[in-house]
Amino acid sequence: MAVFVQRIRRVDFQKYGAVFALIVLFALSAILSPYFLQYQNLVNILRQVSYTGIIALGMTFIIIAGGIDLSVGSMVAIVGAILVVAINWLLPVFQSELLVILAVAALALILGFAGGAMNGVMVTKGRIAPFIVTLGTMAIFRSLTLYFGNAGEFRSKSEMFGNLGMGSYLYMPIPVWVMLVLAVLMNAALNNTRYGRYICAVGSNSRVAMFSAISVDRVRFFTYVITGVVVGVSSFLLTARFNAVSSTNVGMGFELDAIAAVIVGGTTLSGGRGTIWGTIIGAVILGIINNMLNMIGISPYLQGTVKGLVIIGAVYIQRQRA
Amino acid sequence: MGNTLVRAENIGKSFSSVPVLQNINLEIRRGEILGVIGENGAGKSTLMKILSGIYTPSSGSVFFEGAKAEIRKPIDAKRIGISIIPQEFNLIKDLSVYDNIFLGSELVQKSRLLNKSLMKARTAELLKALEITIPPEARIENLSAAQKQMVEICKALAFDSKLLIMDEPTTVLTHYEIEVLFKLMRRLRDRGMTIVYISHKLKEVKAVCDRVVILRDGLLIDDRPITEITLPEMAERMVGRALNQIFPPKNQPDERVALEVKGVTVPGVLSDISFQVHRGEVLGFAGLMGAGRTEIAETLIGIRKPVAGEITLEGQRVDVRGTRDAVRHGLSYLSEDRQGSGVITGFTVTQNTTLVSLPRYSGAAFGLIAKKKEREAAGRYQKMFNIKTPSLDTRLEYLSGGNQQKVSLSKSIDTLPKILIADEPTRGIDVLAKTEIYQLIHSLAAQGIACLFISSELEEVIGMCHRVIVMKDGKITGILEGDQINEAEIMFYATGIRETRG
Repeated sequence: MAVFVQRIRRVDFQKYGAVFALIVLFALSAILSPYFLQYQNLVNILRQVSYTGIIALGMTFIIIAGGIDLSVGSMVAIVGAILVVAINWLLPVFQSELLVILAVAALALILGFAGGAMNGVMVTKGRIAPFIVTLGTMAIFRSLTLYFGNAGEFRSKSEMFGNLGMGSYLYMPIPVWVMLVLAVLMNAALNNTRYGRYICAVGSNSRVAMFSAISVDRVRFFTYVITGVVVGVSSFLLTARFNAVSSTNVGMGFELDAIAAVIVGGTTLSGGRGTIWGTIIGAVILGIINNMLNMIGISPYLQGTVKGLVIIGAVYIQRQRA
Repeated sequence: MGNTLVRAENIGKSFSSVPVLQNINLEIRRGEILGVIGENGAGKSTLMKILSGIYTPSSGSVFFEGAKAEIRKPIDAKRIGISIIPQEFNLIKDLSVYDNIFLGSELVQKSRLLNKSLMKARTAELLKALEITIPPEARIENLSAAQKQMVEICKALAFDSKLLIMDEPTTVLTHYEIEVLFKLMRRLRDRGMTIVYISHKLKEVKAVCDRVVILRDGLLIDDRPITEITLPEMAERMVGRALNQIFPPKNQPDERVALEVKGVTVPGVLSDISFQVHRGEVLGFAGLMGAGRTEIAETLIGIRKPVAGEITLEGQRVDVRGTRDAVRHGLSYLSEDRQGSGVITGFTVTQNTTLVSLPRYSGAAFGLIAKKKEREAAGRYQKMFNIKTPSLDTRLEYLSGGNQQKVSLSKSIDTLPKILIADEPTRGIDVLAKTEIYQLIHSLAAQGIACLFISSELEEVIGMCHRVIVMKDGKITGILEGDQINEAEIMFYATGIRETRG
């Protein structure tokens, strides 16, 4: 019996702790609010979770490799702003609205790639701590967005773009599908490819990785690039959702949400180990908590407090296990 | 209670239902040096970790000075007077000697400010009593490995330890430093201190211990006064069977030169290094610590950049800019620093085995890993090297040092190297594992692989190598062949008494 309990503690809890938390929370929410289990509410939770969830997937790679990225929220804003400007500029140039949207979709990926590459170069070639690099770019991206938008809104003139943002496919909002597809791909990348193995090696012990003929810098660099690209994806979807970008609000606190999802999902902040599905579950847990706070009428201003406590609590539990 | 300091009764310990210690009954007497020997995974370290509160036993109890002792945490052990000096030192390198000795138990003045002068004075007293010449203000990072160990010992003595446990204390020490340590240990014993000495080096156990206990597969199988057991007996009891010849016969190396190094210089580290190694040759590198042997290895695999000189592999001049280049050119390095640069302890046996050779197990396009192939390879090495592990999916942190070393070696071999640089390949591992590693290196040489064999154990350098390069202060002081390869010759060149350029 003692052995059995020990096993549950060591293996299952560590691996499936987040799943248990999700189940408990789900049950609790269903009991506390009769509206919780309604289809529309559940879909809303998933939609809300998806934008930061997509970013959290990239953040998982970065954190496993031993880094951090605080700039994701501001990057969403600046990429979104540029996308809107590009749409309005391209609409009279191209005949087809669809073509415009495809063009800006590609642009979103390119911009995300560029933003991530910027962070990555400074972290690897510049040898500056990731916390400092991305704290800097967080300020820079936000400030540029505010400056060019005069602290106001970038409004898109494309109706189709807005419809896309509201769209669903097979009863699920498009961003949720995107998140799931990305999760499947990135989960495979993490567990079944050389690159995924190298990410864990670098985060676990970068010196051993270096001695093992792994290009530590290249592995780290691409974690930032991948995150940049998924930020681009998220920004495209979020901009479409509102068909506009508010330079003051968009992407605010996304870094917190993304990092929280990763940590709650069981990835250790010290790097070396983590899972993509854990991150998805972490994101959903945070989504349900927010939803519940709304349902039971707690001020939205207090949501940050709860999120903060959840992050600190999750890391505390990790420490206890280690 | 009489003469008994510690009595362990029926100690057992299991990890996830795998027993690693069973029914251990052990008495440690006041004022003796007790040797504890056994193979990797025999349970030596586990037993000591139980005594020092790092693990709690699954069964049995420990009595200290006749009373039952509840040692649940390291602090409990410290309080009753048990100190352990771990293999990896527990010192803070940026602080001074006295800061480290009083770390966590600082002496303070009335004003709550640190009483530095008193701590310095006490440290000086302690060092003097042990006849150690280290200034109390010296910073740890400026000390040699031997000096750091002395500081660890002082740290234990500063708090009136009655039992001092030393886990493989000599692995990082040179011959001379070991002698100094042994003198100190005897002096401590004569003053009534009890010392438990864990080691793989049977000669040293024989030289310094009063009594020896032997563990095998988690059982205590022998307990004898040191005078009543011979070295071969110890080895046989440990392994559980008669040991054959330790060193395999030397093969005939090939005429062809595998690697030639000419005039390689790394400022402040290596000057004008030149040598050749033939295919199938085991070329030894001897010298004191800091002579530059590991630095040669690091230069060859591209971690250090030479400012002058050239490296030629099978007649082709190569420019190794990093570890990737090294692997591509067929150079493989088995690191001396197992956990620092050899293996990833959070990775499984399989993942470590293929860490360097992963490109061979994964697709070119997406890098998809063929996990079955990977596991099969790891399984082959597990069999070949007799690696003791619950499974191939066990993380390395749960394996003993010797088994970790075997995985590290698997990792180096799996790159199919032409040249293997083995840096202290047998450090901290037991006799059986050692002979296995000697056999393995010999069979690699027989296959035509050139091996650079860096070691501080003269016996194995002499037993294994066709030729021996001796180094001092980043220079080659001698290249020995045939009959010249003996302890005296090597030490002459290593200490600089004699010097010729080969």
